[in-house]
Amino acid sequence: MRPDRQAALAIENLSYAFGERRVLQDVNLSVQPGDFAILLGLNGAGKTTLFALVTRLYSARHGKIAVFGHDIERAPLAALAMLGVVFQQSTLDLDLTVEQNLYYHASLHGMPRAKAAVRIEEELARIDLLGRRAERVRALSGGQKRRVELARALLHEPSLLLLDEPTVGLDMESRHFLLQHVQSLCRTRSLGVLWATHLIDEAADATKIIVLHQGRILAEAPPAEITTEAETLKNAFDRLTQKKAA
Amino acid sequence: MTPFVPLAATRASLQTPGHYLICLNGIIRREALRWLNQRGRFISALVRPLVWLVIFAAGFHFVLGVSISPPYRTYIPYEVYIAPGLVGMIQLFNGMQSSLSMVYDREMGSMRTLMVSPFPRWFLLTAKLLAGVAVSIVQAYIFFVIAWFWDIRPPVTGYIAVLPALILSGLMLGALGLVLSSFIKQLENFAGVMNFVIFPMFFTSSALYPLWRMQQASLPLYWISQANPFTHTVELIRFALYDSFDPVSALVLCAYLGIFMALAIIGYDPGRGLLARRGGGD
Repeated sequence: MRPDRQAALAIENLSYAFGERRVLQDVNLSVQPGDFAILLGLNGAGKTTLFALVTRLYSARHGKIAVFGHDIERAPLAALAMLGVVFQQSTLDLDLTVEQNLYYHASLHGMPRAKAAVRIEEELARIDLLGRRAERVRALSGGQKRRVELARALLHEPSLLLLDEPTVGLDMESRHFLLQHVQSLCRTRSLGVLWATHLIDEAADATKIIVLHQGRILAEAPPAEITTEAETLKNAFDRLTQKKAA
Repeated sequence: MTPFVPLAATRASLQTPGHYLICLNGIIRREALRWLNQRGRFISALVRPLVWLVIFAAGFHFVLGVSISPPYRTYIPYEVYIAPGLVGMIQLFNGMQSSLSMVYDREMGSMRTLMVSPFPRWFLLTAKLLAGVAVSIVQAYIFFVIAWFWDIRPPVTGYIAVLPALILSGLMLGALGLVLSSFIKQLENFAGVMNFVIFPMFFTSSALYPLWRMQQASLPLYWISQANPFTHTVELIRFALYDSFDPVSALVLCAYLGIFMALAIIGYDPGRGLLARRGGGD
């Protein structure tokens, strides 16, 4: 914990229910600038709901969410301006070109076209897709689309990046590229990252693992502190979630 | 150690009118690109009213006579009478189509991209609405050009006077589409709503027959037509196209626009509307 820094994301006592079904219960977690935090949980653990609350697609009735100190309910515009998101489901416009999609996103953040052009070039070069900027998104492979989504999420230079199961359906190479790319951003730009996944091997290089199970946080610590001696992450995860189930 | 100041913190409060304009421009541009890219939508939007004009109106040309009534100063052929209704139809379909695309966007996830933009939600919805209106106005003018060759020739000044009418009616119908899209859960449900909204609105309006004729046929139907916002859409366009102004229709449209917009904002409010009612899943 670095008390001199304001948390990129701070969630306190967050609970949420769909009708009678409680999806999140008393969730507390924080992500610091530069953190590569993995939100680890099985399908149905509440990861997507948590993301929907942080991005204000749903409104949190119980608890508090703050992005760099900006409360998402009271100061949503300031909070959202600092946030980049890669949703679980692809949200690119398939009939528009890569560049048109990115310009659209830039405009949603009020970025002038000249500045957007520079930023688009930078981000596309970083993900090796500059040569395909004029192609329709429909023509790209799954991995390339994901990379474009990452470029889009970073276009307005957010300080906190949320990724909801970004590697689902990708081959090994694309997964590796995405992981490496995001981790390097944490180091070089002090970007705070919350990466939701159910794939335990993605958590190996995390600065912090947050285990979410049946809507509750079971652990929040660096990988080395989550595993006991001679225990793999997978075993640690099974131990934590089974203990909870029992 | 100096306190860490995030890069974006300096940008957080930068939403000036210029930024709003950039955002609006981007949303309109996307809508226009999508419209141009979806050839089927583009063509059907033009063919639909032309089919009515060329086939329906020609067929009824000798059956239905329209006597002299404002804003017309002479006896007019039936084609001339229904032209404003067909322009209204373009806007009605367009309003519903944009809301259909919003349901599609929501199912496909692109609605999320819009909703996480750091601009107020009312502004984003209004911008989305204006984008749809801009597209519908382009379609309406293309129709006017084709109709001109079909001998539907209102005064030249009418083409300018009709623009504000088209903006108001486009906004109202688009807002209705927004309301529907915010309360419709799935794309499949939309077909039913199209049947229950578009056709009743069109047929119980003054698009195809003057209200006085309806009054003769059935009084309850007449009152339904009077309350129908589409009747006022058609009348506002009809009057404006012939250099007249129908203040009642303008007021009714403004009232409906206010009601529909308020409902749409409630519908897209994260705490109250559909987004919160939907069962999420991981």
